[in-house]
Amino acid sequence: MMPDLGKYAGAVLGSYAATIGLIVLLVAVSLWRSAKTKAALAEVEARQGKDNG
Amino acid sequence: MSFWEYANPQKFMQLSRRVLPFVAVAAGLCLVIGLVWGFFFTPDDYKQGSTVKIFYLHVPAAMMAINAWVMMLVTSLVWLIRRHHVSALAAKAAAPVGLIFTVIALITGALWGQPMWGTWWEWDPRLTSFLILALFYLGYIALWQAIDDPDTAADLTSVLCIVGSVFALLSRYAVNFWNQGLHQGASLSLDKEENVADVFWYPALLCIAGFVLLFVTLVLLRTRTEIRARRLGALLARERRG
Amino acid sequence: MIALLLRDMRLAVRAGGGFGLGLAFFLLVAVLVPLGVGPESATLAKIAPGILWVGALLACLLSLDRIFALDFEDGSLDLLATAPIPLEGAVAVKALAHWAVTGLPLTLAAPVLGILLNLPQAGYGWLVISLALGTPALSVIGAFGAALTVGLKRGGLLLSLLVLPLYVPTLIFGAEVVKRGAEGMATATPLALLAGITAGAAAMLPFAAAAAIRINLR
Repeated sequence: MMPDLGKYAGAVLGSYAATIGLIVLLVAVSLWRSAKTKAALAEVEARQGKDNG
Repeated sequence: MSFWEYANPQKFMQLSRRVLPFVAVAAGLCLVIGLVWGFFFTPDDYKQGSTVKIFYLHVPAAMMAINAWVMMLVTSLVWLIRRHHVSALAAKAAAPVGLIFTVIALITGALWGQPMWGTWWEWDPRLTSFLILALFYLGYIALWQAIDDPDTAADLTSVLCIVGSVFALLSRYAVNFWNQGLHQGASLSLDKEENVADVFWYPALLCIAGFVLLFVTLVLLRTRTEIRARRLGALLARERRG
Repeated sequence: MIALLLRDMRLAVRAGGGFGLGLAFFLLVAVLVPLGVGPESATLAKIAPGILWVGALLACLLSLDRIFALDFEDGSLDLLATAPIPLEGAVAVKALAHWAVTGLPLTLAAPVLGILLNLPQAGYGWLVISLALGTPALSVIGAFGAALTVGLKRGGLLLSLLVLPLYVPTLIFGAEVVKRGAEGMATATPLALLAGITAGAAAMLPFAAAAAIRINLR
């Protein structure tokens, strides 16, 4: 299945690895921040909703 | 029903919640199919061997690195002129994505250049401009982080973005002037489709679509986060005031 | 406006900040580079134009945050913003004052440092001309960066990060003029482009800087 990359295997695989790694990292950080903010906001909204009656 | 309705944060949140899953799935599909197609099922180029496969990453990333800045410029202008908060926050959300794409373009460029030009780094005009572009992104992000008041930060970064755009363009031409490059013209890059055989073109097109959709997905997601963060800050401030 | 110019220059000279410091820094760069690169005169002659320009640029950078910071702290910037003269004009004058106490001395001192770096004979005239034409752009761009960061407590490092990418075109054309001049080639094109950047920056950036100051004073 693995195509023959010849003598440039390092460069090609390195590029794919670096790109996919960076994109996954970016997506993960974005998702993580999204979840964190969402939870914090829900918590504060619930608390303030109670306070205000 | 005008386009500006979506500048209302609530409307934006509603719309983006509905749209986001579709865009995300489409981005994932395009990227996976395009990259798998490009990586496993395309022949090697007769001159460049298998390194031609790097272009499925390099070209879309480089395109989006520039387009992200253009998008930031447009949203900054919208913020300065019409004072829509969503617009400013979208610019803030796009900057790190643009920076990462720039870095991807630089890394893949270096990895490609190593076997092709025999060096990791060459002070070639395009590479140099991308390095400078990365510096612009860094400065922009740093300015956002340095200022506490969100509206002041949005204003100042918008001004920086506009001035930066002018100077980024200037730098591009200055760098061209400074060193005529090794970068090949349109014949081998994907600028002109007629120069590229269909076997390379279709997966490349899918990858470009994938990167565009990925950018849209990430910006929507991050803008939503910024809007929530903004609301959170406002609520907490109200709480402190009692 | 002239009063403002004189006041700024007097303050800069008296406070000892930018004036001597920038020059001393420039001198240090010119001394340190040969120590690092080695004393071969051919190598030094080759890199002298670039080193002199980079040195001048960094020396300019040192005193940028003082353009507005002191006035911001003691409140005179608020007065300037509400004064009858337009804030854009005040910004331009302050940039001019900055140039007069840093860019101008750097330009005049550069030929002396050129001797240290073994700059070829033909390069001296071009060095002075290019610095005289280019350093005003450095001051104006710097004033814009300083205006962006004026409200921040530790703006110095951020200021460098913001301003250095903006310096790229000026540096490239400026160093190119000296390099070509030193090699006896035609210098008209980079010189014209350098002058264009300075003129464009001086015409537009005061507006952007004034806008940034107004935002910061809000």
